[in-house]
Amino acid sequence: MEILRYAIYRFGTMLMTLLVVSVLIFVIINLPPGDYLSNQIAELQATGQSAGVAKAEFLRKEYALDKPLWQQYMIWMGFMPGPHGFSGMIQGNFGWSFEFDSPVADIVGDSLWLTVLVNLAAVIFVYAVALPLGVLAAARARSWVDYTTAFVGYLGLATPNFLLALILFYYGHRWFDLPIGGLMAPEFEGVPMNWEKVKSILVHLIVPTFVIGTAGASAMMQRLRANMLDELGKPYVETAIAKGMAPSRMLAKYPLRVAFNPFVADIGNLLPSMISGSVLVSVVLGLQTIGPTLLTALKTQDMFLSGFVLMFVALLTLIGTMISDVLLVLLDPRIRYEGRDA
Amino acid sequence: MRPLLSVENLSIGFGKGDSVVKDVSFAVQPGETLALVGESGSGKTISCRAVLRILPKVAQLRSGRIILETRGKKLDLATLDERLMRDVRGNTVSMIFQEPMRSLSPLHRIGNQVSEVLWLHGRKSEREARNVVLECFERVGFPDPERTYRSYPFELSGGMRQRAMIAMAMVAKPDLLIADEPTTALDVTTQAQVLGLMKDLQRETGMAMILVTHDLGVVANMAEQVVVMHKGRVMEAGPAEPMLRSPAHPYTKALFDAAPEIPDAEVVAIPPLRDDLILEMKNVSKTYTLRAGKGWKAPTLIHACREIDLRVTRGETLAIVGESGSGKTTAARIALGAEPPDPGGEVLFRPDPSRPPVAVHDMDRETRTAFQKQAQMVFQDPYSSLSPRMRIQDTLMEPLDIHRIGTRSERRDKAAEMLRLVGLSPDMLKRYPHAFSGGQRQRLSIARALMLDPALIVCDEPTSALDVSVQEQILRLLEEIRDQHKLSYLFISHDLAVVARIADEVAVMRRGLIVEQAPPETLFYNPQHPYTKALIAAQPEPDIDRPIDLKLVAQGAGAPEHWPEEFRFNGAEAPPLVGKKHLEPGHKVRCHA
Repeated sequence: MEILRYAIYRFGTMLMTLLVVSVLIFVIINLPPGDYLSNQIAELQATGQSAGVAKAEFLRKEYALDKPLWQQYMIWMGFMPGPHGFSGMIQGNFGWSFEFDSPVADIVGDSLWLTVLVNLAAVIFVYAVALPLGVLAAARARSWVDYTTAFVGYLGLATPNFLLALILFYYGHRWFDLPIGGLMAPEFEGVPMNWEKVKSILVHLIVPTFVIGTAGASAMMQRLRANMLDELGKPYVETAIAKGMAPSRMLAKYPLRVAFNPFVADIGNLLPSMISGSVLVSVVLGLQTIGPTLLTALKTQDMFLSGFVLMFVALLTLIGTMISDVLLVLLDPRIRYEGRDA
Repeated sequence: MRPLLSVENLSIGFGKGDSVVKDVSFAVQPGETLALVGESGSGKTISCRAVLRILPKVAQLRSGRIILETRGKKLDLATLDERLMRDVRGNTVSMIFQEPMRSLSPLHRIGNQVSEVLWLHGRKSEREARNVVLECFERVGFPDPERTYRSYPFELSGGMRQRAMIAMAMVAKPDLLIADEPTTALDVTTQAQVLGLMKDLQRETGMAMILVTHDLGVVANMAEQVVVMHKGRVMEAGPAEPMLRSPAHPYTKALFDAAPEIPDAEVVAIPPLRDDLILEMKNVSKTYTLRAGKGWKAPTLIHACREIDLRVTRGETLAIVGESGSGKTTAARIALGAEPPDPGGEVLFRPDPSRPPVAVHDMDRETRTAFQKQAQMVFQDPYSSLSPRMRIQDTLMEPLDIHRIGTRSERRDKAAEMLRLVGLSPDMLKRYPHAFSGGQRQRLSIARALMLDPALIVCDEPTSALDVSVQEQILRLLEEIRDQHKLSYLFISHDLAVVARIADEVAVMRRGLIVEQAPPETLFYNPQHPYTKALIAAQPEPDIDRPIDLKLVAQGAGAPEHWPEEFRFNGAEAPPLVGKKHLEPGHKVRCHA
């Protein structure tokens, strides 16, 4: 029951944080002078195309860009009626992309879920690789197992992702007949989900997951190994051995349980670093994720589009930290009982 | 009778180095207690861990046999297959470790960790194990076994955790229990109770015990057989009684001489003159507020110190004695100005007898700097109170650098002089702390405290991390320096025997209150307060004819409601600290007149 209350409380604070983040994002986007439309108007005027200017002026009114900044924010978020009444983020209207000349929702659409999918796959990959290898490296510390995993890990850390992507692409295609580029075969794009499409996506996911995940996995593996080594020196491990526990069972029950905490706490950090880190990889691999879109939007001051993408990334981060916080409370009684009278 | 365990010619070494345990042999009879005695580094812990083969990875059993003969089987534990060894651990031979705080996993419930022993060895299903464990919890003295079963280690005090460890070691009814300094980390009264419990349990189950300790007092209370170890070798071995009465080996004798004792001769002490006070604490209280639990509930207040009145006479030593949590360290921190007392309290410091005193908690910048020069501190743990990255020279000269005293060469000369004063050589100046032993490090921290020529030194348990023989040396050094330099000490300790030797006056603290105050001779000869009596009774003495009186300990260390009428509290209000009619002058006790 306590945990449910904590989860609700944590959800509340998450919403508050999101609100603050939205202000920050909006301010940062508006920091550079001008906006997409005023830049365009200036350009059109310079070349003397008055018809375009009228359209741009109309769009400025339409999206309330002529209002003071704080009102723009309120309208964008949907706290205040704009030219078309309440119609902002919280009403589900994500705005208009000037660069692509279509609603943000349409542009972002599929790539949103593909982003989540790619990064989720990468996170799962990170944990699936780092957990057994980290534990193994710690249990067999200073042996060939340890050195080999460390070597491979550092190799993974040191290789630039895009390079790894290109190499894997080439050899993956040549030896295993893995598809090149994209997140699904071209014939499935725009087609409703079906079994064949899922299969195609899964096959396409292999290389990106590996590329995006390796660096994170090797870093996490080293962290887990260090934590485990710390824990292995603690007296309670000796107590467990003195009870007559078998080494593997003892490892899993005691030191791993304690070393697991930082591991869980990382979930929150992993998501955003992967999303921002995977932009380059997405460009190289031609993945239809949100990364390249964000890049274009920021370059052209396409404010609604970049604002939405940044909000989305922030939301993912906050959800990640919320999940790890709630999990930590479930895992560690010391956190659960904190603030209670001893 | 055939011995249950016999260790024969055991040698253990690390890497390529010399053996740290050399040719050690001893035997334990069923139902008997064997004490392995020695200072740190004597190899006693390694020897007893070798029995269960719980050794660091780099340690090698170089030679010798460890024969365990029980339940109709004869096993050589030195060469036994690892899989079979697991069956011995926790089942026939179990172990209790030194640090109850860290020997239990912080993330698992006590019940789970204890009952695990039973289902690991396939003796019981988890359901059956629960009942056995609950019975065992009741036996080791948990008031509410069910609750303990569900608790996490951090919810229990140190003594309670050690009880849980004992329950864990006893629950499978082993033939042999190895206890590695089981009470060293505990307060004296808790130690007395835990030792008593172990003894009772042993009597009931008939198991044998190997007790590893550095404390001869514990040995006298517990053991039938004693093995004295020094630098990896057995110095003397044999039945406890004759050895304790007349030790044969010079090393054993030296150990005995170093063990501090509480004097019990009647000495009429002259109450110290009270005219030249260097430090005076008047009505000092300290209340901490715990973060409020749930919204509207009032925050919990912790009274760390209550109405403390203490005076340190110039050139003398005032000792504050108490268990952990008694507020003695808080009192010292307030005396040094590290923390302010609650309003109404006052601390006066008079470095110069001819001038008026200064109020420690109401000073301007200049007087504060002067005060910091005149009042210094020696800390408990010499291993962590010296920076491992600074040469001794820099550590010693730092106070002078801060206060901008002297030129660099003058500072270095002063450092060399101080090293000589504490019995070290000036050519050690360039070394780093890791090159020094524990006792030498404590000498270094004393030297550091002396660098500024202070008038008052606060010693916070300066010897409790040291071996007895080293403790003796440090105490002697402190005494010499005090008399040579006319220093005054505020000496904090939990150990009555240490205090007995160095203090001119002793204040006994319990839960923030001073319960009794007197010169040490008076206090130990004629203790009045039940808590003081408990502290004295709980002190294990290396005298086989004076076992610990557990009843006295339990009553005095227990709740005030169980004290005799005149010492009881009036609700939350404690009786006043007064001198009584038939008491010696200068002897005060907290009771209803």
